[in-house]
Amino acid sequence: MTLMTKARLKSLWVLHFDCGSCNGCDIEILAALTPKFDVERFGIVKIGDPKQADVLLVTGPANNRNQKVLRDLYDQMPHPKMVIAVGTCACTGGIFHNCPNTLGGIDKVIPVDIYIPGCAVRPEQIIDAVVLALDKLSGNVPKKEDE
Amino acid sequence: MMNNLTRYVLPIIYPFLTPIIGGFLIGFDRKVTARIQNRTGPPILQPFYDVIKLWGKESFIDNSFQPILSLGYLLFILMSVGFLALKKDLLLILATLTLADICIILAAYSSESHYNNLGGRRELLSMISYESLIVLTVISIKITTGSFLLDNIFKLDMPLLILLPAAFIAMQLVLIVNMKKSPFDVLDASHVHQDLVKGISGYTMTLIELGHWSKIVFILNLISLFWTKNLLIGTSLALTFALITTLVDNIYPRLNWKTMIKTTWLAGVILVVANLAILIAMGVI
Repeated sequence: MTLMTKARLKSLWVLHFDCGSCNGCDIEILAALTPKFDVERFGIVKIGDPKQADVLLVTGPANNRNQKVLRDLYDQMPHPKMVIAVGTCACTGGIFHNCPNTLGGIDKVIPVDIYIPGCAVRPEQIIDAVVLALDKLSGNVPKKEDE
Repeated sequence: MMNNLTRYVLPIIYPFLTPIIGGFLIGFDRKVTARIQNRTGPPILQPFYDVIKLWGKESFIDNSFQPILSLGYLLFILMSVGFLALKKDLLLILATLTLADICIILAAYSSESHYNNLGGRRELLSMISYESLIVLTVISIKITTGSFLLDNIFKLDMPLLILLPAAFIAMQLVLIVNMKKSPFDVLDASHVHQDLVKGISGYTMTLIELGHWSKIVFILNLISLFWTKNLLIGTSLALTFALITTLVDNIYPRLNWKTMIKTTWLAGVILVVANLAILIAMGVI
């Protein structure tokens, strides 16, 4: 494993974007940062700048109003990057499925690497998903042929 | 031979070690903060992983002048550390440090991003607040020792700390502003990454981070000048200040820029000037 790969695995900066979720998943994301779960011990830090982020955590369904912002945030993130859809709404649209004002899951707008279903998801699941993201970054999991 | 080694070779190698020392300091600081908040905290090497990762990320550069200025920021700080280690003129060291600050402010303004401009403005504000204190301290060192040359501090009979205790305390304010810690972290909150976005990415960010670490070590070196008789005591004084900064960061909320400038100017200037006035009244200088 090269030094760069090791550094990438040890330092994962997370950008959180709320596409209009009910805040249930957002609270669980914050719970993962609190002393009980303390993801900073793995080098995971929540940051506010898409230009430095490695992982985009998205909660809530995509809709016509926020799809441009979501697309912008994704485009502003430098490679290598990961997108994690947190919660059922972000995965498929959830209870907003087929609503006229929503588009459905966020994968209608940007390519998603990891889906975490659940309403709301548990902090352990978020940490699991981030660990899976680490596997993907190190090349253990073959990358999906999309985009 | 041995004399030449300590006089010329070590001071030239030392500046290149400062980013590494600074990285360990930041790692230690993050660990202590985590322990205070009852967390395990990241490993000590975490800052190094961060900068290596940032180096390998894709860079979005909207003005090719920005990386050059960021490199200038790092190099000018390394130069000022080198001048300090070579015991050069304090005025020269200050001028080099100011050049580094000018580099980072120009780097911020060279981009059209609002976030960069906001960051540049805040960098200017923090510069206004701490540069005046450093200049005043340097002037009081000049009045006490009779020269701007660093060699004169080493020739003094007693440590500077005994002559200038209040100026020494004022250096704590300078360190807090420079380490971007509460209560004076208008520049950016180092732990709360979400606060103000910097708008830089990739290797430019690595250069700026390395420059920031070196600058912290530079300020710590400036603090250790207050006890030049024994290197160990000087270093431990500086490290104590770094630890106090971490503790203060965890205790205090952040203040806005007006309060920062008021506090650093009022408290700092009163401390340094009162110190000088008492020395003159006592007839020491």
